[in-house]
Amino acid sequence: MAANLQSNRRTYNDYRMALKNEVDIDGWRTHARALLQAGVAPDRVTWTVAGRSDGRQLDLTGPAALPEPDADRPARSIRIAKPLLSLINTGLLHRNEDRFDLAYRLLYRAQSVPGLHGNPADADVLKLNGYAKAIRRDIHKMHAFVRFRKIGDCGAGREQFVAWFEPDHHITEAVAPFFRNRFTGMDWLIVTPEASIAWDGGKLSVGPGGRKEDVPQEDVIEAEWRTYYAHIFNPARVKVAAMKSEMPMKYWKNLPEAELIPGLLEQSGARVDAMVAQPQDTVRFAERATGSAIEPPASLDQLYQMLQQQTDAPMEKFAPTLVRGAGPENAPIMIIGEQPGDQEDQQGRPFVGPAGQLLDRALAEAQLDRQQLFLTNAVKRFKFTPRGKRRIHETPNVGEINYYHWWVEQEIRLVNPEIVIALGATAARCLTGKAVKIARHRGTILPFIADRSLLITVHPSYLLRIPDAQGRQVEYAKFVRDLEAAAASVRQDRASG
Amino acid sequence: MSKLSRSEKLAILADAAKYDASCASSGSVKRNSLKSGGIGSTGGMGICHSYAPDGRCISLLKILMTNYCMFDCLYCINRSSSNVRRAAFTVQEIVDLTLDFYKRNYIEGLFLSSGIIRSPDYTMEQLVEVARQLRVVHRFGGYIHLKTIPEADPELLKRAGLYADRLSINIELPDDASISRLAPEKDGKLIRKTMANLGRQVREAKAERKTSRKAPLFAPGGHSTQMIIGADASDDAKILTTSDGLYGSYGLKRVYYSAFSPIPDASNNLPLQAPPLMREHRLYQADWLLRFYGFSVSEIMQGGTAGQLDLTIDPKLAWALQNRARFPVDINRADKESLLRIPGLGGKGVAKILQARRFSGLRLADLERICQSVRKILPFITAVDWHPGKRLDSLSLYDRLKPPPEQLDLFAV
Repeated sequence: MAANLQSNRRTYNDYRMALKNEVDIDGWRTHARALLQAGVAPDRVTWTVAGRSDGRQLDLTGPAALPEPDADRPARSIRIAKPLLSLINTGLLHRNEDRFDLAYRLLYRAQSVPGLHGNPADADVLKLNGYAKAIRRDIHKMHAFVRFRKIGDCGAGREQFVAWFEPDHHITEAVAPFFRNRFTGMDWLIVTPEASIAWDGGKLSVGPGGRKEDVPQEDVIEAEWRTYYAHIFNPARVKVAAMKSEMPMKYWKNLPEAELIPGLLEQSGARVDAMVAQPQDTVRFAERATGSAIEPPASLDQLYQMLQQQTDAPMEKFAPTLVRGAGPENAPIMIIGEQPGDQEDQQGRPFVGPAGQLLDRALAEAQLDRQQLFLTNAVKRFKFTPRGKRRIHETPNVGEINYYHWWVEQEIRLVNPEIVIALGATAARCLTGKAVKIARHRGTILPFIADRSLLITVHPSYLLRIPDAQGRQVEYAKFVRDLEAAAASVRQDRASG
Repeated sequence: MSKLSRSEKLAILADAAKYDASCASSGSVKRNSLKSGGIGSTGGMGICHSYAPDGRCISLLKILMTNYCMFDCLYCINRSSSNVRRAAFTVQEIVDLTLDFYKRNYIEGLFLSSGIIRSPDYTMEQLVEVARQLRVVHRFGGYIHLKTIPEADPELLKRAGLYADRLSINIELPDDASISRLAPEKDGKLIRKTMANLGRQVREAKAERKTSRKAPLFAPGGHSTQMIIGADASDDAKILTTSDGLYGSYGLKRVYYSAFSPIPDASNNLPLQAPPLMREHRLYQADWLLRFYGFSVSEIMQGGTAGQLDLTIDPKLAWALQNRARFPVDINRADKESLLRIPGLGGKGVAKILQARRFSGLRLADLERICQSVRKILPFITAVDWHPGKRLDSLSLYDRLKPPPEQLDLFAV
């Protein structure tokens, strides 16, 4: 080995190998092969890149030419392991100028130490591995952080997009196939300071580098992207270091979403405090002040008689029949519905129509005996619109609900139940005097006037209106569960009382 | 109510989706658009296109189709009794948004989930329709992850698998009693049944692909699940046992752990406190030990106390300190399994050691080049020029190896 090197020594000890440009890997490979065949030691080779404005490279002392093949001695056979070659191909895209040296040194050393590339503890291998790793990361980040902006639609249904990106290393050409394979169906151009790559649906092309100003500075969709970024962020977990290690600040200037980061961080603490400190809006339904000049009735019978005689009751669109509540006068549970329906109006009894039948089924499932409950309605008469022979139910308005409120209050006072169950929005409004979101408050035992409890749930007619059988089943199960909760609260009261 | 713009809906429905931990876009088949002339590709590993200040990767457009929901799961911001603002995307809006974002290289694909509206079947049909339109109408080759609804018809699940790269079903909580208490509409048994069904279909499709390249793909990225941590009283042992069972029985790709975050308008029945992030982190570490390091749940729990992992040090170190008799390990002779048990040494480090020691006996200087941090592994190894001596038996080892105390952060939450 040493003898071979000796025989190749010339008068100058430096070979200056010129490469066409920073990514002239083919050129490097050709030169390296020739050098290797001639057995030139790495410390005698200098690599230069044409067009690099570097003073040191004007040094013209060494020969650019390769040693003449020695006629007496056949060219050495060169062995290069595949993994080493691919490591070199990647590592040579690194921006450090010593990469060509390093790669040749490894190649040279590998001739006498086969499998050298497999030793992660070797300093040269370690260094080139480090370069390759940096390249892979740079490529990966370019895949991730290029942001296209749309510049137009040309006929043929193809859209045009342009992006500006600043990679750390000489990777622009290397990433082109990735973008072609991914964005095949659109025309795109990626401009970097060193080179640009483009795809028109048929051919990838490489062009000269450009400037950030060459690329459009906005895209309408970016506003939505920023909206998404701001809202997918969870202020309850701030991990700035983790973000910066994966998305280093050097990339931020070309990422439309990055300008939001300082603001998001600034507000995060306050947003979490607000969530944790948020008082639970436990509803407290106080007694409604309803001054009435009427003397309160002493019994349910009297109540309904008095109500029957009121002349100021809303009658327009209402059937004349007053439907009384039904059930034991000392029932522990009182159920209040909306208003009598067609059937109820005809029979003069509450909850006998289709909704009533569904209620019966649900009550039975919740282990409640209808005979022991007091059932009534918030509005005591049937409001409807006639359509042909049919009378179509119409929802009572606020004024009508309010008119009956005082009477419902008297009903509650006389029956004196432990819990009142309000079915649907009308009943809930009647009892609380305000619009109540059923979904929000349903199923929980709420405090109510005079040490009573209130439970709000949906009206069974809502269940009947759900068109989807599966959806109806889910809602029905919830309804039964609400009734069970009411039943359990009464039992619990009995047990503790 | 005035009609919401696409952007307003996006704000509401991204907010609603951020409690889903998974954003993985990896592990599916390799695919590109060269042949189809469409848009989109998937590689072996996913790409994170951005990072939020919560340190989490943004890889997929992670949204809910709607946050209206007929279910009332207490830990969920979208439960029917929540006061949160509601919105619903149309199928078309989701398809357009996905393509608009994808073409600008903001995302790897779509992670679509939804509240239950009308019925589980109806909702699931809509989700499948989004995936179908993307794949069939728009020749979309990007990643699609659909959160499936266990209560929906198995036939819909089957169709979802034809279009999606990954399907997931949330197990929600570690045990059935917690599920029926906190998520009354859900049923632990049904969830596991659907999961088993899903696992079987993924497995069968994979087997068929081995015999024929033309066999249809079914969720080639596998299936995953998510468990909420800290919303019920389950301890770490219970959680890890559940995960271990899930990996073993259903062939899951991942179990995600999501520390219960305080959510706006949270239910009274839940702990209103900062999310137990460190606990979540330790569970992920333990999960890794289960899957890649050959640990069993009982071994991992040796390092904890009363069924909870040690929050101060990582579970592998905690285990090693309880099993000092198994150390020091000779870095030059030990088999792979023993090397993997050295605290501070990961899978990559072990692979490098195995390779490097073929060339020469390893010294500390070699290890410094190979490993992330030699300081951490020193007490547990011997090398050509190193023996830990009495260090390993020192009672203060725990204190010396635990991470340095952090200065209190004024803005910490």
